[in-house]
Amino acid sequence: MAYSEKLLEHYENPRNVGSLDKAAVDVGTGLVDAPACGDVMKLQIKVNERGVIEDAKFKTFGFGSAIASSSLATEWIKGKTLDEAERIKNTHIAQHLALPPVKIHCSVLAEDAIKAAIADYSAKHPAKPQG
Amino acid sequence: MDAAAKINGGAAQKGDNRPKLPIYLDYQATTPCDPRVVQAMLPWFTEKFGNPHSRNHIYGWEAEEAVERARKQVASIIGADEREIVFTSGATESNNTALKGVARFYKDRKDHLVTVATEHKCVLDSCRHLEQEGFKVTYLPVKKDGLIDLGQLDAAITDKTVLVSVMAANNEIGVIQPLAEIGKICRTKGAFFHTDAAQAVGKIPLDVNAMNIDLMSISGHKIYGPKGIGALYVRRKPRVRLQPLMTGGGQERGFRSGTLPTPLCVGLGEACAIAEREMGAEAERLKMLRERFYQGIMAKLPEVYLNGDHDKRLPGNLNLSFAYVEGEGLMMGIKDVAVSSGSACTSASLEPSYVLRALGVDEELAHTSLRIGFGRFTTEQEVDYAVEHVVAAVKRLRALSPLWEMAQEGIDIKSIQWSGH
Repeated sequence: MAYSEKLLEHYENPRNVGSLDKAAVDVGTGLVDAPACGDVMKLQIKVNERGVIEDAKFKTFGFGSAIASSSLATEWIKGKTLDEAERIKNTHIAQHLALPPVKIHCSVLAEDAIKAAIADYSAKHPAKPQG
Repeated sequence: MDAAAKINGGAAQKGDNRPKLPIYLDYQATTPCDPRVVQAMLPWFTEKFGNPHSRNHIYGWEAEEAVERARKQVASIIGADEREIVFTSGATESNNTALKGVARFYKDRKDHLVTVATEHKCVLDSCRHLEQEGFKVTYLPVKKDGLIDLGQLDAAITDKTVLVSVMAANNEIGVIQPLAEIGKICRTKGAFFHTDAAQAVGKIPLDVNAMNIDLMSISGHKIYGPKGIGALYVRRKPRVRLQPLMTGGGQERGFRSGTLPTPLCVGLGEACAIAEREMGAEAERLKMLRERFYQGIMAKLPEVYLNGDHDKRLPGNLNLSFAYVEGEGLMMGIKDVAVSSGSACTSASLEPSYVLRALGVDEELAHTSLRIGFGRFTTEQEVDYAVEHVVAAVKRLRALSPLWEMAQEGIDIKSIQWSGH
C-alpha cells in the first residue's frame, strides 16, 4: 500500500515533537489511545490569556499514519483559538494526508487528542469563558 | 558470479560498503527461486511440455520420468519412499488435505483432533471447518518459549483422537517443536501425527521414520523453489488413508486429481536436492548471520526482547519486540529493509499477532515486534546495514514515543487512566 507524499513527509520530518510541562497552568494535555490497534497519542497545547494556542507539542506511538496525523494536528492548531481548534475534524486530517481507509482511525485519534488537550486546559480554568 | 550476487543484481562497487537496496530480510514469507532451480525448470515449459499422464508417446514418458525423479528428490530430503509423496499446489493445500482428508476418512471410528494455538492459519481454519462438521478439536497452548508441553499433549490424546497436527517450525517465531518426542507419543497412543513442515524442510534435518511422522506438508516457495507447488507426505506403513479434496482423473494415487505441473514438480525436486546437499553448511552460515544481527541490536539498544526460544529455532529466524515502538511505524522507518511486522496492522485486521499472544507476550509488546528472516542470499554486509538502520529508526521513534517518555519517567503504562476512549 503506497502512502501519500504529504504523509511520508510528516513521518520523516514530524513537526512539534516534544513535551510541555503538564503541571503548568497554561498547558493542556491530551493522552488518548486506540484500543483496536494500540496506538497512543499525547498532544499538548500552551494557551495564552487571549485563548489562543501559542504552542503545541506531540509524541505518538503508532503507525506512520498516526505520527503524521498528530504532526499535522499540532501544525494546524498553532495560532488558533480554542474554539477554532475544537472545530478541526478527523476527516480534514484524513483528507489532507490521503489516509487509506484502514488508517482512518489514526486521524480520529488526532481529533480526540486535540479535544482531550482542550478539555484538560479548560478543566484548569473553570471560571474562564471559552473563545 | 555466485548465486547471491546474481539475486542481488551484482555485487556493490569495490570500496563501496553499501549493499544493493532494498534488502530482503523476510525469508519466512517467501524465498526467491534459486537460479539453479529455474535452469532445471525451463525445458519443461517449452520443448518438453508433455502431459506426464500421457501413456502413448515420448512427450508423456519424458515428462513422467522428470516428475518421478522430482518425487524421489522430495522423498529423499525427509527420509521417505517416493511412493509416499503427493504433489499439491502448496502447503495450504497439503494441510487442508491432511486434516480434512484424514478426519473425514476415519469419521465413523474417531472424531477428535489435537493441534496447537500457534499453528498456521490454514491448519486452524481447517480445524474450524471440521468443528462445524461435528469433529472435536483440542487446541494446545504453548509455553513462554513457544514450545508445547509434552505432558499436555499426552493427556489430550484419547482413543477417539484420529490426528495430531503440530507444526515443525513456526512461521512467525521460528521455534522448532520436539517432533521425535511428539511422534513417539502419537505412535504409542494410536493417533496419526501430521506436521506442517513448510518452514522446516531444507532448513533442519527431518526424518519421517525416526520421528514417527505419518503426514507432512511441504512448500516449494519457502525453500527456493517455485510458488504454486508443494507436497504432502502420506505414510504407507502403517498405512494412512484419506478422503481426497480434489477428485477427477485419479492422479497421485487418487489422493489428488489434476494434471501435474511438470516444471513446478521439477523445480520443487531440484530445490529439495540443493537444500539436502547444502543444508549443513548453510544452517551454520545463517546462524552466524542471525547472531550477528541479534548481538548487533542488543549491544546498541535497550529493551529489545526475543520472542520464542533462542536455541530451538530456525537458523534464519529472529522475532524481536522493540518496546515502545510500534511495529508498522518502525517498518516505515526502515523502508530499505524488507521485514515483517508482528503487529499485523499491515493487514485489514488491527489485532496483534495471535502467535505472540499465545506465548503470553503483552499486547503492547506484541505491537512492537518485527520478524527478521535471513536466507540463502543474505550477506554479512546486508546484515550490518540492516542493524544500523533498525537501530537508528528505533532511536528516532522512541524519541517520538509517549510510552518511552513515560517509561523513562518511571510511570507504569498500565496504571494510566486514558482520556478520550
